[in-house]
Amino acid sequence: MKRGFSILAIVTALLLSFALYEALIAAPTERTMGDVQRIFYYHVPSAWTAFVLFLINFVASVVFLIRRDTKADILALVTAEVGVVFCTVVLATGPIWARPVWGIWWTWDLRLTLTLVLWLIYVSYLVLRRFSASSQTPVLAAVLAIFGALDVPLVYFSIWFFRTQHPSPVIGGGGSLDPRMAHVLLINWAAFLCLAWLVCWTRYRLEVVEREVEEAQALESLLEDSR
Amino acid sequence: MNYLYAAYVATWVIHGTYLAILVRKYSKIRRETESLKK
Repeated sequence: MKRGFSILAIVTALLLSFALYEALIAAPTERTMGDVQRIFYYHVPSAWTAFVLFLINFVASVVFLIRRDTKADILALVTAEVGVVFCTVVLATGPIWARPVWGIWWTWDLRLTLTLVLWLIYVSYLVLRRFSASSQTPVLAAVLAIFGALDVPLVYFSIWFFRTQHPSPVIGGGGSLDPRMAHVLLINWAAFLCLAWLVCWTRYRLEVVEREVEEAQALESLLEDSR
Repeated sequence: MNYLYAAYVATWVIHGTYLAILVRKYSKIRRETESLKK
């Protein structure tokens, strides 16, 4: 287990360094936007990684509601938390890219608004899990997560079915992406997926130990009361 | 070019902040485990 974690950590560090080199130096410069287009190599893979994490969160929440499995509950919590981090990256890098290209930081465009709503839903999920002490909290959170996951396809397909300021999809949506750019994009996505896996693994272990400590503390206070 | 660097720095600041939160959480749990052992 420990060896597997170390190998994943080394692979992630190497892949992230290589992906950074590819994004900043090796990738060709886009003709109209210039170097600022390289934000694409962080913005898009972060969005895809967040979607994958929210999808895992959805599956884990459904499994938890059916089986009341603690492992599924922890997995749902962890993927929501790490998914929010990646979604925050999307919401931070998007406006930084929009400012020089569109001339504005933000617009209430359908895709941007739906992404912000998605982020708010999962932040609410985390707030609920953090501050509610009820025994029903995991169930309520799982239901909220299922509703939240419905927003993911809306965000993804919003640029397919509606006219928005946001560019068309670069892969599978009729957009033409230089094969070298697609290669760099996929390397960065692989690096971010490894990072997400590594962080989720760490956070999962931390959550398991935290719950064990809480149980031990509760038991200790019960023993003290009975003395 | 400044916007490009700003985006990359923002990305790593966000990830770094989250990792710092995890490290703080780990330290807290470790302290609690130690106090339980006593």
